[in-house]
Amino acid sequence: MQSKMKESDPILEVENLSASTDNLPILKGVSLTVYPGEIHAIMGRNGCGKSTLSKIIAGHPSYNITNGNIKFLGENINTLEPEERSQSGIFLGFQYPIEIPGVSNLEFLRVSTNARRKFLNKEELDTFDFEELVKEKLEIVKMDHAFLSRSVNQGFSGGEKKRNEILQMALLEPKIAILDETDSGLDIDALRIVASGIKKISNAQTGIILITHYQRLLDEIKPNYVHVMSDGQIIKTGESDLALELEEKGYEWTDNFIKET
Amino acid sequence: MVNENLVKDVVKEPYKYGFVTDIETEKIEKGISEDIIKLISQKKEEPKFLLDFRLKAFKKWQKMKEPDWAELGYKKIDYQDIIYYSAPKQKEKISSLDEVDPKLLETFDKLGIPLTEQKKLTNVAVDAVFDSVSIATTFREELAEHGVIFCSISEAVKNHADLIEKYLGTVVPASDNYFAALNSAVFSDGSFVYIPKGVTCPMDLSSYFRINSGDSGQFERTLIIAEESSSVSYLEGCTAPMFDTNTLHAAVVELIALDDASIKYSTVQNWYAGDEEGIGGIFNFVTKRGKCLGKRSKISWSQVETGSAITWKYPSCLLLGEESVGEFYSVALTNNLQQADTGTKMIHIGPNTKSTIVSKGISAGNSKNSYRGLVKMGTKATGSRNYSQCDSMLIGDQASANTFPYIKSQQPNSEIEHEASTCRISEDQLFYLQSRGIEFEEAVSMMVSGFCRDVFNQLPMEFAAEADKLLALKLEGSVG
Repeated sequence: MQSKMKESDPILEVENLSASTDNLPILKGVSLTVYPGEIHAIMGRNGCGKSTLSKIIAGHPSYNITNGNIKFLGENINTLEPEERSQSGIFLGFQYPIEIPGVSNLEFLRVSTNARRKFLNKEELDTFDFEELVKEKLEIVKMDHAFLSRSVNQGFSGGEKKRNEILQMALLEPKIAILDETDSGLDIDALRIVASGIKKISNAQTGIILITHYQRLLDEIKPNYVHVMSDGQIIKTGESDLALELEEKGYEWTDNFIKET
Repeated sequence: MVNENLVKDVVKEPYKYGFVTDIETEKIEKGISEDIIKLISQKKEEPKFLLDFRLKAFKKWQKMKEPDWAELGYKKIDYQDIIYYSAPKQKEKISSLDEVDPKLLETFDKLGIPLTEQKKLTNVAVDAVFDSVSIATTFREELAEHGVIFCSISEAVKNHADLIEKYLGTVVPASDNYFAALNSAVFSDGSFVYIPKGVTCPMDLSSYFRINSGDSGQFERTLIIAEESSSVSYLEGCTAPMFDTNTLHAAVVELIALDDASIKYSTVQNWYAGDEEGIGGIFNFVTKRGKCLGKRSKISWSQVETGSAITWKYPSCLLLGEESVGEFYSVALTNNLQQADTGTKMIHIGPNTKSTIVSKGISAGNSKNSYRGLVKMGTKATGSRNYSQCDSMLIGDQASANTFPYIKSQQPNSEIEHEASTCRISEDQLFYLQSRGIEFEEAVSMMVSGFCRDVFNQLPMEFAAEADKLLALKLEGSVG
């Protein structure tokens, strides 16, 4: 499926990627290609390596790439710093967004947005212009202005943290967004807000990878491809109905799969 | 775990103020003795009461022992190997700034403290102290119109001897401690401020202390008196050149606030801290104390301590007046082999007195950073309250942070509240900020200034910005 010729160049190519942390292998040869406009879902049990994959793509320093490549817009990014990856358009939505006491959310969002804008040779925004921009984006995730004056994620509820992630995605306008269990811990209303936010931000030029356990996010955002991971490998790839089948039959069903090469 | 080398890189910033001004100086011979003290007093043409004050202090100092309870590790100081008076050679009487040696003006220019009429800072009056003497004080006439006296303490001794005699040593007695006694014996210059009754000082006052010579100590003395219903905001900045020897700085600051008066005293201390191996740097042994003598008087200390090889400093408040208020807001940052032992003493004597302590210690490299504080409720301090918050942040895994809060209460009808926390900049926090495009160093300094926000909010505006920048510079290259 993925090898079929596309009209445009891929955004992200993960090629036979193996990685370890503290000499413990976590990824064992993962390959994945995302073209513009595509939505990919990665599913699998806890500990199968799907969160690790997202962190490695974003450049987390705790993991070592032992084999394979990550290419973004055709360039190898294996050794790029996390901030360089972000500036160039890779976005990771955290499963557990981190609290940063004392740092105002507004200032954090502004510095972050300006880092990306600088990379894109766009004018950096002062506090006033940024206020205007952020007001508009707050609408997308239905967040109150009051969130901006609080410390980054500090004292936010689970749902607020996730919406803050999507707000960041809206501001950074990434080429590819990897959303790690963005649906976990959300009630139905919050899930709808988050899902509609993701849909508003994405377009025919962007790629999305949704990492999830559950079908319910995929009901809101229909993926083009679904990948099932187990023990650091993608063991099955299918279209959106694969997720439904998985929902119905459970992960025991996948235990019998033989790795598709 | 945060990558050690990166952390190191962030804290490693070349010291910007390390230059030496090549200027002819008048120095007296090394060592301390009665004769030396008489010589200093004579050079400054002091009245007899002051010479007596010095000699008495010297006698006491000779009988005292250098304190070792802070467990600071440093080579024994040879007090006979220090020059106690060093002054740039100038004309006998300087009547205007035009007569100040251009090299000195240039020095302060380089430090960002322009003194000349054309360039001087517009919103703050400055007293510039170079080694043992005050070089110039700006805006004196303007201040005088409001009855505010702002001059060097040497001038105050000449022109306002009555005030000096009345207040000098009343807050920090000569026998208070080893370094205060030494200062009382040999102090050379410093600033004097007098705010008359009912006057709100029309601008911030500031002293800038510059140590230039490597072999002389700086022993400045500051005295601030705020009469009834007056108020003043005073700022203090300090830098020194880079020498591979240690220079002793033992200052005494005394503040007195009468009924309804308020004094805000802010310090940004950036003495040379020594190099990465701990060679050189200033030994900063300072006694700062304020006396809230009047009812409803208020003394507020805020300090940002980033320099010095050793900092030993406890700006304190004696709360005598009914309903008087003492505050202490502190950020102390140590890196490499720096040692800081700092905190405050809030002594509640009068009834319904209040004090607040907010201390933020940041330790990076192999440094040692301690908060040491005393809150005391005296027998008459009914209805008095204290709130203390002491937070420590560790950067890397070689640095240490300690908190030593001492509490003594002789008054059951009083409240003391103490909170403390220790945190570490985590790899996850750094990664989160980096994954949003924020450079590593900026991420660290964002977190550090976030950590210090409660204190920075207390600083005068320009100072807060400067402090933020200073911390970022100091941390550059230290985190990883």
